[in-house]
Amino acid sequence: MLGYTLRRLFAAVPTMILLIAASFVLIHVAPGGPFTSERPLPPQVLANIEARYGLDQPMWKQFWDYLSNIVFHFDFGPSFKFKDRDVNDIIAQGFPISLTYGFLSFLVASAIGISLGIAAAIRHNTWIDYFAVSLGIAAQALPNFIMGPILILIFTLQLGWLPGGGWNGGAWPYLIMPVIALSTSYMGSIARITRSSMLEVLNSNYIRTARAKGIAERHVIWKHALKPTLLPVISYLGPVFVYVLTGSVFVDIYFSTGGLGQAYVGSALSRDYSVLLGVTILYGGLTIVVNLITDLAYAWFDPKIRY
Amino acid sequence: MFGRSEKHMALAERTAEQAIHGRSLWKDAGDRFVRNKAAMVCLAILACIVLFTIIGPLFAVWDNETIDWTAMGDVRGLGAPSVESGHFFGVDDLGRDLYSRVIQATTTSLLVGLIGAAMALFVGTLYGITAGYLGGRIDGLMMRFVDILLAIPATLVIILLLVVAGRSFIMLFVALGAVSWLSMSRIVRGQTLTLKNREFIEAARAAGVGEFTIMLRHILPNLLGVVIVYTSLLVPEMILAESFISFLGLGISEPYTSLGALIAEGAGTMAYGTIWQLAFPLFFYVTIIITMFFIGDGLRDALDPKDR
Repeated sequence: MLGYTLRRLFAAVPTMILLIAASFVLIHVAPGGPFTSERPLPPQVLANIEARYGLDQPMWKQFWDYLSNIVFHFDFGPSFKFKDRDVNDIIAQGFPISLTYGFLSFLVASAIGISLGIAAAIRHNTWIDYFAVSLGIAAQALPNFIMGPILILIFTLQLGWLPGGGWNGGAWPYLIMPVIALSTSYMGSIARITRSSMLEVLNSNYIRTARAKGIAERHVIWKHALKPTLLPVISYLGPVFVYVLTGSVFVDIYFSTGGLGQAYVGSALSRDYSVLLGVTILYGGLTIVVNLITDLAYAWFDPKIRY
Repeated sequence: MFGRSEKHMALAERTAEQAIHGRSLWKDAGDRFVRNKAAMVCLAILACIVLFTIIGPLFAVWDNETIDWTAMGDVRGLGAPSVESGHFFGVDDLGRDLYSRVIQATTTSLLVGLIGAAMALFVGTLYGITAGYLGGRIDGLMMRFVDILLAIPATLVIILLLVVAGRSFIMLFVALGAVSWLSMSRIVRGQTLTLKNREFIEAARAAGVGEFTIMLRHILPNLLGVVIVYTSLLVPEMILAESFISFLGLGISEPYTSLGALIAEGAGTMAYGTIWQLAFPLFFYVTIIITMFFIGDGLRDALDPKDR
């Protein structure tokens, strides 16, 4: 297990470096820099600005500086658009917010999705099953950017119960709608995966043996069937994490929560390359880390896997 | 003679017929799919929507770009859906006919789904089958590359590509294609790995069939089921991704529109009592996604019967 962990950690390093290199090159070959404007700057001024941001250096030197700053100082460099802010400042300001409601949505979706899936599988082919399956499919067809407007329409415009946006330090009325909007769709996916996985487990031979021995049904489900049921759910956690990351971009924009998504889309529209690059690398790096954790959890959970 | 009676002849003929008309795996799968009521109903609904995008424009009174100045002055009153004014779905915030805009957006979204999935189908299958069949170090290298690309969230890659290369129709398809083939190639490679050591491949090789022909004639047809199922599940995923990006204002730009862009417009104006601007695109969107989910599920049940 330790050897496997070390090997996986070791393999993540070149992946990370290639991710940085690919994003870096992609952005630097793009036509039109952040300082291209309608009224061209005098060449001397432009040269000074480029020297200030190190853009006059050869490409490999720029990349090396960028990479070593990230690795040794965890510094993503200055923002091209906001003179007084670093990319680090922008991330430090927005990321905790996105992380807060992202983590909450993750908890809510897993808790509801798994319970719904298990309930449907235990009561297979009853109205509970049909209800859970329809709910799961409907939820899957309602991604965050559909749920957002629907929620605002109901709870803000019609009923007037919840504020239509803002953050207010994470007070709970401001959290409810972002969390529901973000969690609905993958709650549906988790419910469907859990249901089909549990059905498969309940039809397996060792469960029949357990039942034949006369073990109480409750014991069979919680002690024998639950752990293997959750294996496919665990391997789905990687995609869920990606979904939460990209979904947070929408939530930040639509509910004005002030998270990292606002900065990301803003930088994409204004070609603030250093912010765009920094956030992409941060999210890509986090995805690599989460995939690693998922794999390790899977190996730890599944008795059949021996590394 | 013995056994030459009319009855015997008829019976012999019938048994011969039965022997000739064997049941192929594809016929079985087709029968299973047709028996799946949910999938068939959804297929019919989806066909209606496709038909609507084709013959719908014939009934349109307004085109999708002309601004109806009278309706624009009073979107909430005169711009509401009505048959008399010719705006069957009402008008949008700028006084353009929503009926034509919705048709245009639905066409775009369906095209995006189909083309994105088709690119995944060709590139992913080719890449996966090559990696899986060649195996060894080449396989390791090719799959390492896929793993790295998969590590970056797909939506961010699409946004990055659209920002870097400029927003256009072609670029949108390229960007969608660039991310969609990755998981397809992984699935195809895994299947190829299990197939290539099977006896019938060995038999073909022993009979002197060329490597390329083995890939084309013996491995590819056996992959088809998995590939079809995954492609059908990819279509709604592509539509979702495109709509998400268009909602953020980073996708398709005017005068083109997609369902995501229309939903974004409708969501922006719903506070002013023009709910139809959200309702019509939303209805088409949700219907397309749900029907495609059911069709994909039906195909999976039909083509992969052990997975139940």
